[in-house]
Amino acid sequence: MTTTEQAGGTTVGAGGAAGNPLPPSGPPALSPVALARWAWRQLTSMRTALVLLFLLALAAVPGSVVPQRAIDAIAVSDWKDAHPRLTPVYEFLGLFSVYTSVWFSAIYLLLMVSLVGCVLPRLRVYWRAMRARPPRAPKNLSRLPESRAFELDEDPDVVLARASSVLRGRRYRVDAAEDWVAGERGYLREAGNLLFHASVILVLVAFAAGQLFGYKGGVITVVGQGFSNSLSQYDDFAPGSLFGPEDLKPVNLTIEDFAVDFLTSGPALGQPRSFEAAVSYTEGPGEPEQTHELAVNHPLTLDGASVFLVGHGYAPVLTVRDGNGDIAYEGPVVFLPQDASFASFGVLKVPDAAPTQLGFEGLFLPTYGFTMERGPFSQFPDSLDPVLSLVPYSGDLGLDTGAPQSVYQLDKDGLEPFASADESRGDTARIKLSPGDVVELPDDAGSIRFDRVDRWVKLQVSDSPGKEWALLGVVLAIIGLMGSLFVRPRRAWVRVRPGGEGERRTVVELAGLDRSSRGDLDTEIDELERRLRAAGPHTNHEETT
Amino acid sequence: MSTADFAAFSNNAIAFASVVYVIAFLAHVLEWSAARSASVATAGADTGTGVAEGAATSAEDPVAAPASLVPREARQTRPATAGPSALASPPAGPGSVTASAATGGDGSAAEERVDKWGRIGVSLTVLAVLLHLAALVTRGLGSDPVRVPWGNMYEFTLSGAFGVAAMYLLLGRRYSLRWMGLPVTGFEIVVLMLAVLVLYEPAGPLVPALHSYWLVIHVLAAVIASGAFAVGAIASALYLVKARSVERGTLRAGGYLDRLPALASLDRVAYRLNAFGFPVWTFAALIAGPIWAEYAWGSYWNWDPKEVWAFITWVVYAAYLHARATAGWRGKGAAVIALVAFATLLFNFIGINFFFGGGSLHSYA
Repeated sequence: MTTTEQAGGTTVGAGGAAGNPLPPSGPPALSPVALARWAWRQLTSMRTALVLLFLLALAAVPGSVVPQRAIDAIAVSDWKDAHPRLTPVYEFLGLFSVYTSVWFSAIYLLLMVSLVGCVLPRLRVYWRAMRARPPRAPKNLSRLPESRAFELDEDPDVVLARASSVLRGRRYRVDAAEDWVAGERGYLREAGNLLFHASVILVLVAFAAGQLFGYKGGVITVVGQGFSNSLSQYDDFAPGSLFGPEDLKPVNLTIEDFAVDFLTSGPALGQPRSFEAAVSYTEGPGEPEQTHELAVNHPLTLDGASVFLVGHGYAPVLTVRDGNGDIAYEGPVVFLPQDASFASFGVLKVPDAAPTQLGFEGLFLPTYGFTMERGPFSQFPDSLDPVLSLVPYSGDLGLDTGAPQSVYQLDKDGLEPFASADESRGDTARIKLSPGDVVELPDDAGSIRFDRVDRWVKLQVSDSPGKEWALLGVVLAIIGLMGSLFVRPRRAWVRVRPGGEGERRTVVELAGLDRSSRGDLDTEIDELERRLRAAGPHTNHEETT
Repeated sequence: MSTADFAAFSNNAIAFASVVYVIAFLAHVLEWSAARSASVATAGADTGTGVAEGAATSAEDPVAAPASLVPREARQTRPATAGPSALASPPAGPGSVTASAATGGDGSAAEERVDKWGRIGVSLTVLAVLLHLAALVTRGLGSDPVRVPWGNMYEFTLSGAFGVAAMYLLLGRRYSLRWMGLPVTGFEIVVLMLAVLVLYEPAGPLVPALHSYWLVIHVLAAVIASGAFAVGAIASALYLVKARSVERGTLRAGGYLDRLPALASLDRVAYRLNAFGFPVWTFAALIAGPIWAEYAWGSYWNWDPKEVWAFITWVVYAAYLHARATAGWRGKGAAVIALVAFATLLFNFIGINFFFGGGSLHSYA
């Protein structure tokens, strides 16, 4: 693809106005200005834009294959653990955050420059073409891609006048001379084309703004508790590069109630039917309190922040007494669901327990089931027969070293499990609790009580400024696209001369030129011929497209 | 009828539709085999008339027709088939099957037989599409509450296949696509079989994430666009096969390839279908999708694998339209790009779910 010649011949003349001048094939002499100009022409050429488009598509692929930090940080760290050798290479290539990597941004920016460089010059050309009159008839009409010659039994002037009105009737812009009429139509095609490209630039800019100034954070909140929109409250937070914490809207929000409904029959048993959270919120200090039903597909949209319900789970409320008999912990503990049956994994750390710190790790099963093959499992996602199965530990939780720890993981380096009282059920002690149960830990280390089951919801708070502009851009782009795809720019000429046999005979030459690539010019010229032959120009309005 | 009855009927209707597609496919096979014997008889008459879209005009206007039609045909064929054999092959237009039947002569009875089988094939396809539609409707009625029949992979596949067949029938009248009957019915048979064997899931209510009217808008637009793209891809594939055969001089007179429309009009049909599909795809993937994502996931663009691949498809089709519209790439280059674009679409539809299933926000799709 070294040259892009119009091999078909049907688009003669289209290249001049519609395409860019072909770039010179090699680098010119080394004058810096000339070099810069050459580079600019290369960049803004159609071919480069095409290559950049393909590159952008290609560059987007790895982001869908390799886990992305901005989408799923946990998947990224899992992947890194599984592939320690590849990790540094992938890190270097930026494969864990493809869409903010240098090379992806480079393609994105180059494409944008290429678009701007493509659209701006064409705006000028288009403005001139918009006001131009249809070009005069070529000397030899029969050499055009589509042409007809026939004789009519009328005066040349009459035929010519009819030709003008026929062309106008077909929405051509018409210019007439002594023995010919020229028509051109489809000016909106190029306008649509320009609108499309300009809109794509708008979308790219709006999207970039959203990525740079926006943020997205996730927070798990136990039902009955509240959340205030500040950085420290978030479990995970992904800000844009130009986002500042002061941009957070000071929203206060309380989860009043949460209801979930699971299918209890049919083939899709256990599939959730709906979930809904009743929330009350204030948009800022001193603002009145309002309420909202938060559900999937029904977010709380505030000015500058939107709140979404993205997940839910169970938070058993536990009370732990230490070896001295003091309450060392009291409150809900968030358990993270592991599968569709909501068997959930969770950890409780009790650093305040004395004389030794206590830790618990285990499963919450909302509807307890047990078979010898599977061991304990959850039969149904709803909380029908909730059971906690925990392994208690005592020792040092490792919280004093200063190293950050996940609240969902127990650092077992300084911890010892308790010995099992019943050797037949394994070496380590395991506690099974139903709501209301109290279990004493071995060695008088304390006790744990399962008070009740609360639920938690995962909220996502996000803001992407410029989204309205992006939407406007895409809508305009579609409108422009329709113009550039479906408007057919065409030229047609009619030339008459007296002649043929008989008194009032006129030889009519009719020819057309298609300036788009739809290529059904012949039907249009057939229609023009039919109308020229018809006695009256507007007697017949048959649809011919 | 109860909900379960509807669901059961839907399964039966899909089986019936598949059977009718198979019979329609056989009718088209008979059409083309009859065409072989017919054109051996009428080969002389067929080449002489210079059949093309403007067959009616050429009959009216014997002076203009040979001058304008035949050279145009040859000229448009040249960029893709720059070889001596291109001019040697007899020009055959999209209307060739019917047009040559009208010319009369020895082979007219044979041509009538060709036409008869073709019409039987199309009628059966209409019947199959109606059954297919009935299956989709009852599938929607077969869950409580009633919903659109595209809530899981099985249903998306059925809807997508319906989109392809419906596009073929709807656009077929306008662009005279009867020559596409054979590949389209073959496509339907394969896709329905895969859907039933591999993807089947019993009817049930939607997961909460899909409780939105955007499900109707977003997926419907995607199905329409995919249908147009699929039919366009069939045209592009046939273009490449025919161009290759023309180039090598192995085009058998009266064979299936010979009776396909001329290369230039295959190219044109593919372009029109893709040009129709592209704005619809833009709407589905880049307007309806992001708006819904903004509602459901809190961000209008999440770089979800499905989104990424929808974008890739969009970019490659944009490149196709660019290449063809502005740079004047027609024929082979354009056909290859169109097929690559359709491959990305297919991968998005099937591959994403198998390779990234759980990792995608579109995991139900």
